[in-house]
Amino acid sequence: MSATTTTPKTSSPGSSPAGKTRKPRQAGWWLPYALLGPAILFELVIHVIPMFTGIWMSFLRLTKAFISNWGKAPVTGLQNYTVALDFNSAVGAGLLRSFLITCAFTLLVVGLAWVIGMAAAVALQKEFWGRGFFRTLFLVPYALPMYAGIIAWKFMLQKDTGAVNHFLFDNLGLGGDKPFWLIGDNAFWSIVVVAIWRLWPFAFLMLMAGLQSIPGEVYEASAVDGAKPLRQWSSITLPMLRPVNMVLILVMFLWTFNDFNTPFVLFGTAQPPAGDLISFHIYNASFLTWNFGSGAAMSVLLLIFLLIVSGIYLLVLNRRSRRA
Amino acid sequence: MRETTGAKSFRIVVLTLLSIFTIVPVYVMVTSAMKPLADVQGAFTWWPSSVTFAPFIDMWKTVRLADYFVNSLIVAGSATILSLIIAIFASYAISRYRFRGRTIFSTTVLSTQMFPGVLFLLPLFLIFVNINSTLGIQLVGTRLGLVITYLTFSLPFSIWMLAGYFDGIPHELDEAAKVDGCGPMGALLRVVLPAARPGLIAVAIYSFMTSWGEVLFASVMTTDANRTLAVGLQLYSTQTNVYWNQIMAASLVVSIPVVIGFLLLQRNFVAGLTAGAVK
Repeated sequence: MSATTTTPKTSSPGSSPAGKTRKPRQAGWWLPYALLGPAILFELVIHVIPMFTGIWMSFLRLTKAFISNWGKAPVTGLQNYTVALDFNSAVGAGLLRSFLITCAFTLLVVGLAWVIGMAAAVALQKEFWGRGFFRTLFLVPYALPMYAGIIAWKFMLQKDTGAVNHFLFDNLGLGGDKPFWLIGDNAFWSIVVVAIWRLWPFAFLMLMAGLQSIPGEVYEASAVDGAKPLRQWSSITLPMLRPVNMVLILVMFLWTFNDFNTPFVLFGTAQPPAGDLISFHIYNASFLTWNFGSGAAMSVLLLIFLLIVSGIYLLVLNRRSRRA
Repeated sequence: MRETTGAKSFRIVVLTLLSIFTIVPVYVMVTSAMKPLADVQGAFTWWPSSVTFAPFIDMWKTVRLADYFVNSLIVAGSATILSLIIAIFASYAISRYRFRGRTIFSTTVLSTQMFPGVLFLLPLFLIFVNINSTLGIQLVGTRLGLVITYLTFSLPFSIWMLAGYFDGIPHELDEAAKVDGCGPMGALLRVVLPAARPGLIAVAIYSFMTSWGEVLFASVMTTDANRTLAVGLQLYSTQTNVYWNQIMAASLVVSIPVVIGFLLLQRNFVAGLTAGAVK
């Protein structure tokens, strides 16, 4: 990228009759802004203004009584925040538990999705018969609309009519009662598996794209030097994929931490505590109690947390690999 | 180069396990869609007791699936086209010009990706309501409101990916076009865009999939008039009887356009990622 941006302008004026159309550099200064205009407009309307409105709402007692006329809602200062962060109260304890569940969920899902995606990308790195088939097959969960895949899992995880219990108890012959997968503590494992199923193809896709940029000669040279595949992976593949991994892990972290679709489609109105991811928690807290000020405060806390984590992440990684 | 037995068995194990993990839910979806109702209400079976295509016919009657299909198609299609056009202009500016505010714009746009949806869901809803009462433009419960919301969801990633793709197209090409009498817009339309085709296709696929699969905003911003498939499919389970066979049939049918489109164009998608996102 940096190589092309520093390319000197080689067109020489006057060498062609079209040279007379060359304007002084200052004349078109507004052009990039005009090009960005529509993007800025839509980002402002849909993201930036609502975000600041949301931050403003978090300082209001915005309950059902004020929802149609929210300009009249009383300002309560930091009260929404103190309630949300008071871990002895029911609201604060619920938020903290949901936060911890989301942390465990994110760690498992991002970690395993990355490992699986990497394994698949490496397994498909070399040309062999049927490679294209597997590559296409592995992209299917990513290509499916989110809700369609999750709905299929929801059916599979039904207690009496689902494929999972049928496989475990009828096919494998496990003893005991068939458990619920969408109610109770098992709900956690259900969302983890479903989320990994949906996310790993994205890791696979990105890593596969990254692997294509590693020249084959590097591997051949190291093979001549006697490097085994595992050694090649750790000293060629992994370092060369560093720029990909940097972005990939951050993006997967943000998506997974904010995941709303998986619990929403999987659990619907059941909301098992073990599957209470933070976006789902805030959504339900807002719409069940109709206390939007409190919901906004929780969202702001979530945003602050994500900003801090991403900031630290980028700072640490940028310091280690400063680009030219 | 000879492949070691270790590498080969690694490949076989990984590919087998992942194929099973990937395909089982799809298999269940396909076979259950062809089961009679009694099959999906009793214990699970890996194969239908009798193959029937009735769910594919009944599903259109249980909920207004055709309407939701049309809504999703119009919303996702419009959002994709608009987002692509906007992203092309913005990426061209970022890739080809050095101007004040360039870095701020890039970082701000990318950082909107990390905003939790719940944070701006309700404010956006209230803003839409206010726009309706002051300007008379109805955005809640209309396709227009969904289109402008969805196009911004794919915009940050699209701009980022396209800007990277444009960077890979040599500046000499634009310069040559300008020497031949093209303005900056002419250079973009005649030289850069044709060269960036795989990137454009990748961005279009990404945008379409984002809009087609969006659930959170659809669950709040849609009424009966503009309900999309994401919400419409959930209506099957609120019926007194859970028609799992029809749900699976409907899931299958709404997946087919995107899955086929994506799989046909995946090479472009990978090429677009390689050039844009992966640098």
